Amino acid sequence: MTAVLLLVLALPAYANEAAPAAQDPALEQRVMRLTAELRCLVCQNQSLADSHADLAIDLKNQVRSQMQAGKSDAEIREFMVARYGDFVLYRPPLKSTTALLWAGPFVLLAAGGLALGFYLRRRRHRLTESELTPEQRARAEALLRAGHEGGTR
Amino acid sequence: MKRFLFPLGIFLVLSVFLAVGLKLDPREVPSPLIDKPAPPFQLAQLQDPGKTLAPGDLKGKVWIFNVWASWCVACLQEHPLLVELSRQNLVPIYGLNYKDGRDNALKWLDRHGNPYTLSAMDADGRVGIDYGVYGVPETYVIDKNGVIRFKQIGPVTPKVLEEKILPLVGQLQG
Repeated sequence: MTAVLLLVLALPAYANEAAPAAQDPALEQRVMRLTAELRCLVCQNQSLADSHADLAIDLKNQVRSQMQAGKSDAEIREFMVARYGDFVLYRPPLKSTTALLWAGPFVLLAAGGLALGFYLRRRRHRLTESELTPEQRARAEALLRAGHEGGTR
Repeated sequence: MKRFLFPLGIFLVLSVFLAVGLKLDPREVPSPLIDKPAPPFQLAQLQDPGKTLAPGDLKGKVWIFNVWASWCVACLQEHPLLVELSRQNLVPIYGLNYKDGRDNALKWLDRHGNPYTLSAMDADGRVGIDYGVYGVPETYVIDKNGVIRFKQIGPVTPKVLEEKILPLVGQLQG
């Protein structure tokens, strides 16, 4: 009973929030696409699109109204960066301060490749280096011959 | 012995990175607004909605701009400090009453004291967006030319006030 009541109570609120989508699905899709790339600052591990924080809803409305006013995605992104910094972008721009972020994985890959190269070279070195002494060789040959004869018998 | 050197090295480097990471506060987003002109606005005053407040009115003096709301719990934490600061008459404090109701805001000031020379009402939070507000309270120091010189996200602590805000205000006024 309570559940039904809650559902009925929740319905108008839901319908209210969904209204803009019904009006212009293409616009709403654009809003969702852009806000999915913007960080919600109140709940930092969510995008604006996912978040239901007060500020996130305000910012989504801001994005929507700027799109309606004919602003491009790049202009809106600039608007957000001017206020909240590069931090709002889930895809930060390549700058001197973010160079490590962008180059880091490749540096690690190169370091790993280098380490692997060194290791392999050293191993090959060790393999070719460990040649048998004449006594060892003679003994090995004797053993092999004995084994061979044993096999044919 | 030598074979342990390499993993130990990796471990040490990793430890340093993690230690630094622990000390960083992800809530302290560096504001791009520092050293930029305070975004203009014209908002109705809280006590006297017939009159407005605009940053342009305050050109020529150093002022503190504090974003607050009656629903903001953390604001209570810094409030006594602001009230005390306003008594010292060192620097005027202007308030931005952020996404609040007028009645609630006035009641809150009655109850907790009013450190603000004036408060402007940002009922829909539009001006807050221009100031990059995302965690009330936030506090700005704005210089004589209307340029933002400092921003504190979250409550002002006695340490921040003593070590950052007051020295900066003194320097800007001088």
